[in-house]
Amino acid sequence: MFARLSLTVAPGETVCIMGPSGVGKSSLIAHIGGHLGRGFRSVGSVTLNGVDLLALPAEKRGVGVLFQDAQLFAHLSVGDNLAFGLRAGLRGRVPRQRAVAQALEQAGLAGFEARDPATLSGGQRMRVALMRALLAEPRAMLIDEAFARLDSGLRAEIRGFVLEHIAARKIPALMVSHDDQDALAADRVLQLRP
Amino acid sequence: MIAARALFLLLLGAPVLIGAGLTLGTALGWQPGIGRFDLGWQGFAQAVALPGFASSLRLTLITGIGATLGSLAVSVPLGVWLVGKSGAVRFLTPLLAVPHAALAIGLAFLLAPSGWAVRLISPWATGWDLPPAVTTVGDPWGFTLILGLMLKEVPFLVLATLVAAGTRDIAGQMAAGRALGYPPGQVWRLMIWPQLYPALRLPVLIVLGFSLSVVDMALVLGPSNPPVMAMQILRLFGAPDPAMAQPASAMAVILLGVMALSLLAWLAGERAIAGLGRIWLRQGRRGRRGAQLAGPFMAMIGVVLGLGALGALLLWSVATFWRFPNALPSGFSGRLWGSADWLAPALSTLGLALASGTIALCLSLFWLEIEDRTQRRLHLGWLIALPLLLPQIGFLQGLTTGFLWLGLPPGPLAVIWAQLLFVFPYVMIALAGPWRALDPALLATAASLGAGPTRRFFAVKVPMLAAPIATAVAIGIAVSVAQYLAVLLPGAGRVRVLATEAVALASGADRRLAAIMALMQAALPLIGYLLALTLPLWLHRNRRGLRGGAT
Repeated sequence: MFARLSLTVAPGETVCIMGPSGVGKSSLIAHIGGHLGRGFRSVGSVTLNGVDLLALPAEKRGVGVLFQDAQLFAHLSVGDNLAFGLRAGLRGRVPRQRAVAQALEQAGLAGFEARDPATLSGGQRMRVALMRALLAEPRAMLIDEAFARLDSGLRAEIRGFVLEHIAARKIPALMVSHDDQDALAADRVLQLRP
Repeated sequence: MIAARALFLLLLGAPVLIGAGLTLGTALGWQPGIGRFDLGWQGFAQAVALPGFASSLRLTLITGIGATLGSLAVSVPLGVWLVGKSGAVRFLTPLLAVPHAALAIGLAFLLAPSGWAVRLISPWATGWDLPPAVTTVGDPWGFTLILGLMLKEVPFLVLATLVAAGTRDIAGQMAAGRALGYPPGQVWRLMIWPQLYPALRLPVLIVLGFSLSVVDMALVLGPSNPPVMAMQILRLFGAPDPAMAQPASAMAVILLGVMALSLLAWLAGERAIAGLGRIWLRQGRRGRRGAQLAGPFMAMIGVVLGLGALGALLLWSVATFWRFPNALPSGFSGRLWGSADWLAPALSTLGLALASGTIALCLSLFWLEIEDRTQRRLHLGWLIALPLLLPQIGFLQGLTTGFLWLGLPPGPLAVIWAQLLFVFPYVMIALAGPWRALDPALLATAASLGAGPTRRFFAVKVPMLAAPIATAVAIGIAVSVAQYLAVLLPGAGRVRVLATEAVALASGADRRLAAIMALMQAALPLIGYLLALTLPLWLHRNRRGLRGGAT
């Protein structure tokens, strides 16, 4: 796939990686997140805050991912999806419910706890997915063409919402896309070539 | 449309309803055959007062619910282990073809106190020169029966899990769960498996109904006194006094009630567990990453037991003399294969299987094609599920009586019809998925080229679906070969097939003969599967686009 790549993302910075289909953008995201299937070989290293990520299983990496289709869990209500993401350190039913309600409010979805994810619009789903990822308090975020399926009017709004929230947490974010608008919104752009 | 619906109702619905109705009638004292018309509840009173009734009931509940819970519990780690493995479905499907009776006999020969397992470790490890005085096969709590049922049902549930998983983005959901910090086993249990469960519900309920009313496995592996209810009912039906048919039928009705209550309890249990699960996951506890060994470990136990059972059958079938502590027979000979009368039951088994399999295939094709042409569903799904959910003993005896009244004497024809009730649902289930998944654009193309519905059926649908059709027939044959009660009762003992011979011989003295019958019973469906896998490959040997659809 793509040639050698050396990249450092600062906390609070968003880097957008562009490139033609098949160049391995999504594979890079999966590689960093630990979701690459068998049959892939890689060389090099990935570190986050000085920790070697490749030595850890996906769930220990502390890397949140925003997937193309929001990947909400269909059998759970919106509120339970968020509660599932919320870090376990926050104990007690009431504080946890409050945290979920607060996240929904930030997403402009106050009172959506009991809703079925299937009844949400594309933009709403993406906002819930972001909130779910952030409630787990990741140390970095990956965005895998998450805005590609939204219609163009909505895309800018959701993109702004997502990047704003990530910047507010002061965590590094890596976004792959083939949309020029995504690139304009990022702090830095990198072109991948086969 | 109306005619088609009437045909299916007459062929498949009526026998079940007549059978169940007559059983209920007999239970209430309506026995015109022996001139008894004393309607009332005394049949039920008689059944409940029978010695050992309470133990039978308890045993039925323990084995039925135990086997279902156990199978489901084992299928969860196996599912997470096998879900990404491409060959798993194709490997599991033939396992479903192993008939219950053959598996039970093999397991009995393996696990009995004098079985192969003990022989392998005696006397050098155990010091036993005589079989130990413990009950393994036929233990009073039915544990061996549960084990046998699980060995048979776990592959079924795992396969259902994998098929349900096939239509979803499992990898994406797994990645989403792990990105939130959950280990894979936890993501599977809390996030993915609950989404698959709705598709598992019917298979699980079929397993529950089957385990509560199983007869052939219970005859071989279950305790004999008191036995499980289904076996006790069969015994009462076979009693010399025809008046015993009344308590027998009453007990069959009670068994039906037990099954209905178990089913409701199961559905309630589902909700309770789902509620508890939600409370658990709202706490957001990530859990620790365990070594992912449960799946491979369970699979290994299953494979060892399965191969052990097969090995025990193979060894016994060619043994000349096999004294107890020896690990292997003292001599081998194919003499019994040459002299024993296994060919006649094998041929009659094959004939019945081909007949019921072919009829079931034609009916399924007819059903699906009618739906295609009218663009409407027949809405007869309950017809498919009913024979699988009702206890066989609850309507097959009544059905035999009903056939007699209608002028159909016990014999091959009655057996084929009775088998059809169980063969058709599986053929239909196997065929409906691939059939409905066929790309409509292909058929539209054919139509635009001037092919009418009949030509589209024969020139496009059937050849393109050759592999699923072959698999469906193989499944039908496997189901037919496995039938025990559906041969025993409508055949009135006059139809000799491998299943009835094997079960009858299993409790006899000659293990070698029983082993031969069981092996043949296991071999027939496997040959069917082999043909189903190879024929379409040969047929489409130059068509790469149609290969790989042979599952």
